[in-house]
Amino acid sequence: MSLLALPYWQETAIKLGLALVVIPTASLILVYLFLFKMMAFMQSRLGPNDTGPYGSLQLVAEAIKFLQKEDIHPAQADRRVFRMAPVVVLASTFLLYVVLPAGPDAVVQNLDTGVFYAMAVSSLSVLGILMAGWASANKYALLGGLRAAGQLIAYELPLILAVMGVVIQAETLNLQGIVEAQATGEIFGFGAIGNPFILTQFLAFLIFMISAQAELTQTPFDMPVAETELVGGFHVEYTGFRFLLFFMAEFGTAFAFSALAAVMFLGGWWIPGFDVDDNVLNILGPGVMLAKILLIAFFIFWVRFTYPRLREDQLQKFAWKVLIPLALGNIVLTGIFKVVF
Amino acid sequence: MVAQNIFFGVIAAIVVVSALRMVTTRNIVHAALYLVAVLAGLGALYILLTAEFVATTQVLVYIGAVMVLFLFGIMLTKAPLGGVMEMTGAQWPIAAVVSLLIGGVTVYSLMARFGSDRLTSDGPIFRTADVSDEVFSTYIVPFEAVSVLLLAALIGAIVLARKD
Repeated sequence: MSLLALPYWQETAIKLGLALVVIPTASLILVYLFLFKMMAFMQSRLGPNDTGPYGSLQLVAEAIKFLQKEDIHPAQADRRVFRMAPVVVLASTFLLYVVLPAGPDAVVQNLDTGVFYAMAVSSLSVLGILMAGWASANKYALLGGLRAAGQLIAYELPLILAVMGVVIQAETLNLQGIVEAQATGEIFGFGAIGNPFILTQFLAFLIFMISAQAELTQTPFDMPVAETELVGGFHVEYTGFRFLLFFMAEFGTAFAFSALAAVMFLGGWWIPGFDVDDNVLNILGPGVMLAKILLIAFFIFWVRFTYPRLREDQLQKFAWKVLIPLALGNIVLTGIFKVVF
Repeated sequence: MVAQNIFFGVIAAIVVVSALRMVTTRNIVHAALYLVAVLAGLGALYILLTAEFVATTQVLVYIGAVMVLFLFGIMLTKAPLGGVMEMTGAQWPIAAVVSLLIGGVTVYSLMARFGSDRLTSDGPIFRTADVSDEVFSTYIVPFEAVSVLLLAALIGAIVLARKD
């Protein structure tokens, strides 16, 4: 199967090193491309898009700014928990990347539980957010933390239920299996482009994207960090490098969720015309994945820069009364179709 | 197998220390966070036993949902920061005896049943598909019973929480 046959520990070391490079790079790409360039053009902001050639030096400027800031703790803060919180949030992001596939063998660990595992570890970030909100000894931070917890719990359910539709259709939880099911699928007997699940699971795709928007606390679901209401939410007391960790986790998770959506709905790393286990896909696959990820991330940030914030009660009502019933209906329909056809 | 044994030792030590700290700490939020460490450690032990599905479920249900709700509840109601409060009730000797009994019975029954069995490094790997096949064929009745039980608990919670 694999091109190289290395001992387990060497393979693990290489994969670990790659992941350590990929995750910061992924969040930098999103920050540069969308937060600086696209937002500046969309909202006519002057500045973030023109430091250096094509605005590329803005990232360097931001990094220097963050690194030279003092590491401050509030006097009343619970120091240990305060310091641990950003690490917990970032750990949840790192764990997500374990299962994301970029080619037939280009995956850190091809877990049997794939999607299920991704949902499980992405829910860990709530823990870090609650720790940050509580340990900051600041009522705005605590309010932001509680809002975040309520929101993330509410939107985790439609997220998982939307994924169920894809899992039923692909008959596997394994992300590679889902890619394979789409690559070998046929649309009314026409199999040249496979069967990307966005066609058959469009409702699930919409629910997944809306819930992902809320899970990532992007506008219009950014109440946990709403500046005008809470100053800065759960990370209001964080400065310098610790804030940078939260920031990296936010964009790293956005990248990971876009990758999940690309794998589950857009066919993942497969290119029409190739065999599913063709070794060439290990080299071309990452490029295809990156293109699809950027396309989906573009939609996430497009919505973020366009819509105003919802109210807290609207947010909860939308999750429990609209998204969850829709997702349940989607599961029932998918199940019926699966049995009938 | 050596690597597994070393990691088992490390994880088990973390779990035991966290469990002890959980019952001895005076800060209720710290107690909840130690409980998270205990549950995460148990998830890691499941991974060592190649029970991947159980480990993932452990993380999703216990850490992602139950502990987050615990922390949410504690922080929403009473969580004095750096607050040292007396959390040891008058009934602690009874509680100690009961937990020692439960622990003793568990250890004894495990030793009596599996004491001489050895896990081999090429032991079975429990695929998620096998787990679901078992749950929906052999164990379908207990599975349905548990889901009805959960539903009853859910309805009970709503009845208790209703204002009128």
